[in-house]
Amino acid sequence: MKDHCVPALRGYRKPAPGIHPPHLHPDYVSSRKRAPAHPLVPIPQTLSETTGPSFQSHHLRAGADLTVQGKEAPLGQKILISGRVLDEDGKPVRSTLVEIWQANAAGRYRHLVDEHAAPIDPNFIGKGQLLTDDEGRYQFRTIKPGAYPWRNHPNAWRPAHIHFSLFGPAFSTRLVTQMYFPGDPLLPFDPIFNGIRDEAARQRLIAMFDWQTTVPQEALGFKFDIVLRGRLETPMENRP
Amino acid sequence: MSKEATATGILGLAASQTVGPFFQIGLEDLYQTDLTVPGLTATVITISGKILDADLLPVPDALVEIWQANSFGKYAHPDDYQDKPLDPGFTGFGRCPTNSEGAFQFRTVKPGSVPSSTEAPQAPHINVSIFMRGLLNRLVTRIYFFGDERNGADEVLSLVDPARRSTLLARPDPPCPDAYRWDVVLQGPHETVFFDF
Repeated sequence: MKDHCVPALRGYRKPAPGIHPPHLHPDYVSSRKRAPAHPLVPIPQTLSETTGPSFQSHHLRAGADLTVQGKEAPLGQKILISGRVLDEDGKPVRSTLVEIWQANAAGRYRHLVDEHAAPIDPNFIGKGQLLTDDEGRYQFRTIKPGAYPWRNHPNAWRPAHIHFSLFGPAFSTRLVTQMYFPGDPLLPFDPIFNGIRDEAARQRLIAMFDWQTTVPQEALGFKFDIVLRGRLETPMENRP
Repeated sequence: MSKEATATGILGLAASQTVGPFFQIGLEDLYQTDLTVPGLTATVITISGKILDADLLPVPDALVEIWQANSFGKYAHPDDYQDKPLDPGFTGFGRCPTNSEGAFQFRTVKPGSVPSSTEAPQAPHINVSIFMRGLLNRLVTRIYFFGDERNGADEVLSLVDPARRSTLLARPDPPCPDAYRWDVVLQGPHETVFFDF
């Protein structure tokens, strides 16, 4: 043990094998030329890894309601996505930035490189931003995105999904993921979703339909909790 | 769920997924390629580079994020316990998409030294996350500075195969003084070193 009064550095738990997908996942064709071939080099967590950026409300531009970003309401099934951002110990991750983006109801992104022939919805941009509250809670109001074709393999279709980007308290907790919808028949065929080896970890990326947040006459509710890396119990575990 | 998964925590972690090709929609509002703010006393530097794939072709749809200490070696974060000054307004966070040539650029200051896991000083470095279509999980690496005398004793650099350490070094990019060049090769003989922690 170190003998000084500097606060002991507590790192973040390493993810168990099988939760995060490998970089090289040949079924996902574009990983083949982009994934490293050398093994990752394990390093200890230092102040560089246990600190990370934070954001305040004045950084945000888009808001959490994706249905009011055009002149009129966007087309599609209105939904509410609610949940909490927690660490592995169940503690709320407070005031952390959540950014989302998604296709419109027809499965088209408002982006120059999206060549899918489905129509653009002039009333839908498809981005949302918020900071979690003191309980780690968040809620976005949006429309259910459509599935869309892509070129990974013959007749490839992405299941409906919403992209999520989260920071958490540290560089170690940064996460970009996707939320899927329950009962989507495309999920068993999607190489991106199935890049996650652990079955339970795959299931955790599927939101749950939720009566509690379903708004009568207006919107279906979905629940999606997001768990980020938690802190190690003792600083001595903080080794590669 | 595997035994390992339950042993590491009470709740199951959210798995990583690719940022995909359309991240601009959701992430562009917080693009920040110039980290400098008025009142900084340190020399402003630029770091420019390209992201290259296994065929050394540029990657035009990557996102590069950086996280760094200020010139005194202090992170703008409550867990940085060091008695060093903060620069008001300097967040230490940058986010830049690559362009059609696979290029990115940040304008910032060279970070000061921060402590290692053993409290020894680390060589100045910038922490980097790289996201792109084709990567189901981010890649993490560091930018060190060529010629910095502190590199030799750096804890993290010492864990890297000496033959590959140069992939982590940003090099002076003449003729501009204070301009650095740092390219990332994703795969192959010149592959950049990526970390796990």
